[in-house]
Amino acid sequence: MTVQLASDRPVQPTARKRPSRLPNLLYYLGAGFLALVFLFPLIWTVIASFKPAAEGNVFPPTLWPSHISAENYQTLLNFGDGLWRYVGNSAAVAGITVAGAVLLSLLAGYGFSRFQFPGKNVVFVAILATLMIPFQSILTPLFLILRAVHLGDTLLGLSLVYITFQLPFSVFMMRNAFDSVPREIEEAALIDGCSTVGLLWRVMLPLVLPGVVTVALFAFFASWNEFLAALIFMSSSDHYTLPVMLINVQSGLYGTIDWGAVQAGVTITMLPCIVLFLLLQRYYVNGLTAGAVKG
Amino acid sequence: MTDLTLSSGSRRGLLFRHRRSLAGALFVLPCVLFVVVFFLTPLIMTAWMSLHNWPLLGAHRFTGLANYRELAQDRAFWSALGFTFRYALLTTPLIFLVAFALAAIVERRVVGVGLLRTAYFLPVVVGLGTASVLWVWMLNAQVGVLNAIAQALHLTAEPIAYLDSPGSALLTTSLMIVWKTAGLSMLLLLVGLQAIPTYLYEAATIDGAGPWARLFRVTLPLMRRTFALALVLSVTGSLLAFDQFYILTHGGPQSSTVTAVFWIYNTSFGSFRLGYGSAMSLVLLVILVLISVAQLYLLRDDTEL
Repeated sequence: MTVQLASDRPVQPTARKRPSRLPNLLYYLGAGFLALVFLFPLIWTVIASFKPAAEGNVFPPTLWPSHISAENYQTLLNFGDGLWRYVGNSAAVAGITVAGAVLLSLLAGYGFSRFQFPGKNVVFVAILATLMIPFQSILTPLFLILRAVHLGDTLLGLSLVYITFQLPFSVFMMRNAFDSVPREIEEAALIDGCSTVGLLWRVMLPLVLPGVVTVALFAFFASWNEFLAALIFMSSSDHYTLPVMLINVQSGLYGTIDWGAVQAGVTITMLPCIVLFLLLQRYYVNGLTAGAVKG
Repeated sequence: MTDLTLSSGSRRGLLFRHRRSLAGALFVLPCVLFVVVFFLTPLIMTAWMSLHNWPLLGAHRFTGLANYRELAQDRAFWSALGFTFRYALLTTPLIFLVAFALAAIVERRVVGVGLLRTAYFLPVVVGLGTASVLWVWMLNAQVGVLNAIAQALHLTAEPIAYLDSPGSALLTTSLMIVWKTAGLSMLLLLVGLQAIPTYLYEAATIDGAGPWARLFRVTLPLMRRTFALALVLSVTGSLLAFDQFYILTHGGPQSSTVTAVFWIYNTSFGSFRLGYGSAMSLVLLVILVLISVAQLYLLRDDTEL
C-alpha cells in the first residue's frame, strides 16, 4: 500500500549522511499533518456521502453522519438517465480504451523492438512527437471527423480518440519492455517451430506483462477521468460519462444543488482510481519514472 | 522460418529477411493508422479549417487569412491567453516549491515514508474534473467546509466567497491545482534526487560543503533533467487549463478567469465558429510547441554522470 521506488537505496547505516537533523517526532508531526491536509478532501467527501440527504446542506457541516445512509446514492440512481447508465458508459469507454491501447501498443512495441523495416525510426519518433501537440487543439476537427464516419456522439468514437492519445506513451512503454527481453528466448522458440504470432502471444506476452499493466493502468486513468473531449463529443445525455454527469449533478437539477448527491457522485467517480492505484501503484510509478529516467 | 541467423547470402535468408521486414511493418501498421486518422488528419484539418468561415451546420467558405486578421484584434482571445499565462506563472513556482518540500520529506528512509508518499500522491489519481467538483463543494459559501474551518478558527466572521473576485478566484483555483498535482512533481523530483550517487554528497562533505552548499552545488545542478521534465509537464498543463476553470469559476467573475482552451471551446462549441476556433487552436498549438522546445533546450542535460 505504499509507494516504493526501484531506486530506493538499501539501508546502509554508514551511507546515510544527509543534512536533516530534525528530531524524529517533529518530522512525523509535520509530515503527518501535511498528509492529513492532502487526504482530507478525499476522506471528507467519502464520509459526507453517507450522511442522510438533509444533513448535506447544514452549516456548519458536521464531520460524522448522524447515521449512515445511502440516501444520496439513491438520489443518483434516479438522476438523469440513472447512475448505472453513466457508470456503464464510463466503464465501456475505459474498457475499450484499455483494450485498444494495450493491443495496439503490444503489436507496435514488438514491431519496433524486434524487426527492421524501412522508415522504422522515423515512424517511431513521429509517434512520440505527437506528445508535443496538445490534443485540446485538434478537438474541433476530431468532432467533424467522428461525425463524418458516423461515430459522433458515440462511446466507441470517444474511445477511439482516447486510444490515439494514449498511443505515444504506450508504444514507448512497450518498445522498452520488449527491448529488455533477451533475444535468446525468442530464437529458442523459433527453433522449436513457433509461429510469429504464437511467439508474441505465448512466449513474449508473459515476459512483458508488467509493461502491459502499466499501459492498461494509464489508459484507464486517462479515459475514466477525461472531461473536455467527453463534454464536446457526447451530446445526448444517455451517452455522458461520469465526469460529465458530475457537473450536471453539481449545477443542480431543479435550481437547487443537492450537495449530498454531489459527494456521492464524486466518491463513485474517484473510488475506482484510488483502489486501482493502491493495488497497482508499483506499475503506475514505473510508468511515471520511465519518462523521467529515459527521457 | 526456422532460424534467425541464417547466412545472409542464401536465397532463403534473403526471403526470410523480406518476410521479417514485412511482418515488422504489419505489426506497427494498426498503430500508425490510428495516428494518421485521429491525429495527423485533424492536425492538418485544424490548419485548413482556420482559413475558412466554417459553421457547425451548412457550407463553409474559404476566407484566406481573415480569421487571423480578426484574431489579431480580438481582445477576448488575447486577454484569455494573458490570463492563462498569469495562471501558469503563478501555479508553476507554487507547485515546484511544494513538490520540492514534499520530495525532501519523503526522500528520507524512515518507517512509514511509503505511506506519506502515497498520501501526498493520492490527489493526482483523482480526475481533474472530479477534483474540481469536489472543491466547488468545499469552497461553497453556504455549506463549504473551508468556511466552517475558517470560522471555527475565528479567521473570519462572514463566510468567504472564494470564487467571487477575480484575484481570489485565481488564487483559490491555483491552490486547488497545487493540492491536485504537487504529488506528481514530488515523485519526479524524488526519482531525480535518488539518482544522485551518495558518494558525491560524501565527497562534498569531506571538501567542507555545508547543507546549503550541497543543495546548490550538488543536488540542484544534477537534477536539471528532472526539473526540465517536471517543468514542461507543469507549464504545458497550466497553459492548457480548462476543467478547473470551467467547473470552479465558469470563467467568472466577469469573464476574468477564461483560459485559452476555455475560449476556444466557447468559440467552437458555444458560438459554433469552427474555423475561427481552429485559428485560435493553431496559435495556442504553436505557442505550446515553442515553449516545450525552449524548455527542453534550456534545461538540456550536458552533464554526463
